[in-house]
Order: sequence, then structure tokens, then C-alpha cells
Amino acid sequence: MSDATIPTIAAEQIALLEKLSNACAVSGDEQQVRRIVLDEVKDHAAGIKIDALGNVLVTCQTRDAGPNPLRVMIDAHMDEVGFMIVEDDKEGLLRFEPVGGIDERQLPGKVVLVGKENLPGVIGAKPIHLTEEGETGQKIPIEALRIDVGQNGGKVKVGDRATFGTRFRQIGPSLVGKALDDRLGVALLIELVKHPPANVQLLAAFTVQEEIGLRGARVAGYSLAPDLAIAVDSTPAFDLPVWDDHENGGYNTRLGDGPAIYIADAGTLSDPRLIRHLAQTGEALGIPYQFRQPGGGGTDAGAIHRTRAGVPSVSVSIPGRYAHTAAQVSRLSDWENTLALVYHAVSRLDRSILSAER
Amino acid sequence: MTDLKTFLKELIALPGLSGYEDPVRERIEAEWRPLVDELTTSKVGSLHGLRRGSGPDPRPSILLAAHMDAIGMMATRVTQDGFIYFTEVGGVDPRILPSMPVMVHGRKKLPGIVAQPPDKLLPPAVRGKPVEMQYLFVDTGLPPEEVRELVRPGDLISFDTQPMDLPGDLVAGHSLDNRASVAAVTACLQELKQMEHFWDVYAVATAQEEETLAGGLTSPYVLRPSVAVAVDVTFAKGPGISDYRGRGLGKGIALSWGPNTHPHLFDSFKALAERLDLPFEIEVYPRYSGTDAMGIQVVAEGIPCMVLSIPLRYMHTPVEVISLKDVQRAGRMMAQFIAGLGPEFVDQIRWEEVKE
Repeated sequence: MSDATIPTIAAEQIALLEKLSNACAVSGDEQQVRRIVLDEVKDHAAGIKIDALGNVLVTCQTRDAGPNPLRVMIDAHMDEVGFMIVEDDKEGLLRFEPVGGIDERQLPGKVVLVGKENLPGVIGAKPIHLTEEGETGQKIPIEALRIDVGQNGGKVKVGDRATFGTRFRQIGPSLVGKALDDRLGVALLIELVKHPPANVQLLAAFTVQEEIGLRGARVAGYSLAPDLAIAVDSTPAFDLPVWDDHENGGYNTRLGDGPAIYIADAGTLSDPRLIRHLAQTGEALGIPYQFRQPGGGGTDAGAIHRTRAGVPSVSVSIPGRYAHTAAQVSRLSDWENTLALVYHAVSRLDRSILSAER
Repeated sequence: MTDLKTFLKELIALPGLSGYEDPVRERIEAEWRPLVDELTTSKVGSLHGLRRGSGPDPRPSILLAAHMDAIGMMATRVTQDGFIYFTEVGGVDPRILPSMPVMVHGRKKLPGIVAQPPDKLLPPAVRGKPVEMQYLFVDTGLPPEEVRELVRPGDLISFDTQPMDLPGDLVAGHSLDNRASVAAVTACLQELKQMEHFWDVYAVATAQEEETLAGGLTSPYVLRPSVAVAVDVTFAKGPGISDYRGRGLGKGIALSWGPNTHPHLFDSFKALAERLDLPFEIEVYPRYSGTDAMGIQVVAEGIPCMVLSIPLRYMHTPVEVISLKDVQRAGRMMAQFIAGLGPEFVDQIRWEEVKE
């Protein structure tokens, strides 16, 4: 029996993810995703604020949360890595620089979309026929690459953003697309706004500029002043073969093993009470989860937990292979289980967690 | 009859790697059927279309060769985890492969992407460098047992980038090398339908150019043309090419000059282009044209060849770019050349020093 108050993932949510994945929102210009978010949440929110940086801050409706409800912030970043056009070489050839962490080895041979109109372009490469001895062993530096938009009559301007042009698709159990980091989180958070847990005051932060230094989350955390926060993001799954077939000790997370709970990353030591609470929720309800291997990387939690007097924070991520490339691969089941874990964990929260031992 | 751009985009959406050209040959056959009198497939898989001329038997003949095969990859190993390692078919720069959408032609077609493993999973000596082909693999997103059941070594892996229009009558996609020339030959056949021509015309979509030149070396042996034109793509100016090796994109076709080109044919084409006021550039290749002409020229007792080239950016990448105008110009130039061929032309193909 399905309960209409509990968020789930069905065709409608996958269609929304597709729309979000295909939209272009490079850090600093999140307009296209912001527009989708606003459209989705407007009929469900008690209050919506767009702040000075472009964050969408949503105060959700409360049903029976009482007079002093626990203020729970859930965060998902709207922005994605991409490029900015920095010079027009004419003849449709545009020089560009990266925005966010992009491996330049990922660029040759890609389709891109440029500017607010998402104009098509390509990043080509010198023909292999003309490469010199040893040249294929060297990276093609980004300075040598151009985005080629054809003869479009100067429609693209210096300052325009660009990103990968990959179209979202579902392949078997997998979701394949660009910017699944963090549109998986954005779509999930939209569902939570539509189905907020009844026992708390849910504060949804759709943030900007995560990929260039968690800049949106910092002010969002301040504005919302939550009692605790959960960042929902996407984290790399390096569950791939090692070149010499040795055991892969550095997988970070594995596809299909469920939501990845963060214990420690480069910017955050997750609040141990929240780590425990998430794990216990998973155990109690039979929702699979995994612990992300402690190490580098980071999420908006890195900014949020240090706002005001401090905010107990944790991150939960949907694992994804090949993040920050033209095509990330994630598992539908991991996304579903992340939504379930976050929803039920929040539903089981009360103020006692703030006074519990660490 | 399909509009030329639509036809070209259909062609580049099809696989048809060297040695396995069936999918693209079938589409070309359908397009050529109303344009030719006879259609046959050669022993190595090239498509031969004969359009008879109006001259009395026996007539001289011209062969137009455009290779239809595409570069790509071939599976070499499927791991327990369902990842597919591969090798190349034709010349593939591994630096264009990471995150490329591909289609694995196993017992079923499986879409996938080329995965670049993170440096920490690679040998220390190669970290931070472009990842060599031996360390790249295809991720289909499917459960390992399904992949292991459906894919085995030898299965083809084709580029799966979708054809794209770019402003200025440009088309982008993979395999424009050399499906663009197949489209040019098709445009020529369409024009010839409205024209009188004395000579027989063999339109040939050759197989295996990218690997062995098998098509270029065998079709002329069977057809024994009096002269041949190899139509292929050439490097357009753009990122990475600014010197003499690059032609202007959309600025006209290139008449290629070098050892595979017969001087008399070259002069005839050049005179024709000037007379028709068709924009063209002259391109020089000091040693090899890198086209079917390398094969055709040395078939049987030797065949006089011309090399026509259509400028293309980013050759052998999934985002090759070509100007449809240049494709049409190549078709028009061949049709006009053929229409101008009289019974005397064969005897005029001489060396300068022995004329008169």
C-alpha cells in the first residue's frame, strides 16, 4: 500500500531528473535549474526566498510539528561544472576556461551547449594523422582546444557559459547523464519539499556555486539558521578495475550499495550523532546504505557546519561513476534508497538528538 | 529521394566499421537503387552501382570511389565486473575517447560510455597523462552477468555521438570521414539523372579503407574503369591546423596533387572548376594521399586517378565537422566532369612529354 505522504521515485521523478540533467547551470549562472526548481516547488512551499547569490531557500509546510519544531536544513546544489568563453577567435571558434574541477583529458571530442540559448558546439581535436611521434602521450592542453559553434553570426559572447551537451538516458538499472552531480540531489530535494516529514520544520536549500567553493551554502546556512543540516550530493564511485587486477582498495563508494554516508571528507567531520542516526534508520527499515571511504572531497556541509554558532551536519550522497565528465553513471536503486533513507531519517528525528552524546 | 543533408545525417548515425559495412551499405543501396542501372556487392563488401552511359558499346567508364567504412573499436576482453576492454579499428587517438558514447554490438546492441579510470587505479608511471587505450574500457551500466553473456572478444564498438546541425550549413558527427563523400557521390548520381553522359559511371562505396584498402584494391580489378576518382575528406583549418596542411572549411573542395594523382586528370578538373567558377583549393600531398586512390592506382596495369577532397575539421573524432556546401560542390564537380567526357578523352590522357 502506498502512502501519498511518503515521497517515491516513479516515471514522473525520472522525467524531472532528465529535465534537470539536460538543463545547463554552470556555477555562477544557475538560472535554468533555478527556474525548474521554482516551478516545481511554488505550489508546495510555505515560503520561498531567492537570495543575493541566487540560492533558492524554501520553507516547507509543517503539518503537526508543534510550536517549536526542529529546524532541519536539507541542501542540494543546483550548479554544475562547465566552462566560460574567454575569447572569440572568430570563424565560430571560441577559447574557454574551466569552471569547477574538470580533467582536461575529458574534453577532446565532446559535444557542448553554449550560452543561455544552449547553442550546440563541439570541442574537436587535431586529427591523429597529423600528430607527431609521442604526441598522443601528451595531454592536449585546454589552451589548444576551442569550442566550435559553426557560423552562428556572433551569437555567442565572451562571458557566456558552456557545458557538456550529453542528453540524459536510462540504461537498464543505470542513469546516465551530465550533471547528475548534483541534479540527483536537486530532484530528490524537490520531492522532499512536496512531501515534507511531518515532525520537523524542513528547510530546503537549493544552492549555487558549490563547485567553486561551497559559496552558496555558506550564506544559505546563515539565512536558514537550522538546528541541523543534511547535504544531499553525489560522490564518486571508483568501483572499477585496477590496472594489474589487484583488489581495488580505493573505491570510495560502490554503485548499487545504497546511499553513501559521509564520516569525514576534506571539509567536514560529520556529526557522529547524525551518522549513527542515518545508519540506525537504514538498519531499522532495511534500507541499504554504505559508508563513503573517509578522505578528500567535500560537499556543502563543509560550509554549513561552520555557519553562525555551528550546525551539526552530515552528508549523504548518491554514488556516481565518472563525475565531472560528459556522462556520469549512477544507479536508480541508489537514488531511490537515498530518498528513502533521508526521508525516514528525518521523520524519526526529534530534539533529543541535539542533546545526545556524540 | 532523400534530401542530401538528411541522407548524410542518416548515414553517420549508422555503424559500419571496416570489414562490417552491412548496416551502412544497405542504406546506400536503397538511396542508389533509383539512380543506377545495376547494383552489386563485391567479394569484400564494396557496393558497386553502374549507371550506363549513352555511348555505343564498348564505352569507356569512370569509377567514383568513396569509402563507406568507419573507424571504431573492437572488444578484446570482458571482465568479471562486466567492463569491456577494447582495441582500435582504424586510427583512433585514445585522447578523444574518455566519456564518449558508444554502441557495443554484442548478441544485443548495448549502449555504453568509454570510462577513463582515475589515476590511482593506473600504473604510477602513466598517472596524469592521457590514458592509453589498453587502460580504457566501456561501461554499459548493466549488471556484470548480463554483459558477460552478451559480449565477447571481437564484438564491434561503434562511436554513438548523434548527428548535429551547426549554423552555416555545417554538419557535425562521427564517420563524416567518409560518409560525406558517399553523399557527394550520391549527389553526383542525382545530377546525372538530369544530364546526358556518354561514359559508364561506376559509383562505388568501398569497404575497409581505414584498415586495409581492400575495397580500393579490388573493385577496380572487377570493374576495370578507364579512369577513377577517389573522393575523401581532407583536413580543414582549425584548432591544431593552421599551416599548409589545412583547407578552408566551406570554402570549396580541394583538388589534391601528389603521386596518386594523374597530372592530366588534375589539369582537367582544375580547368573545369575554373570554367564553372566552382570554388576550390589546391592541396598537395608529397607521398601518399591517404585515400582509396592509393589502392586504385596500382590495380591491374594501373589506373589514372584523380583525388578530390572535402575539407573536414577534427578528423577521426566523434565530432567531425563538414560543410554541406562543400559536399554539394564535390557532387556537382564530378557530375559536370562526367557530362563533359567524350569518346576521345581516354586517348588524351597522356604524359606531357609524349604529346603529339
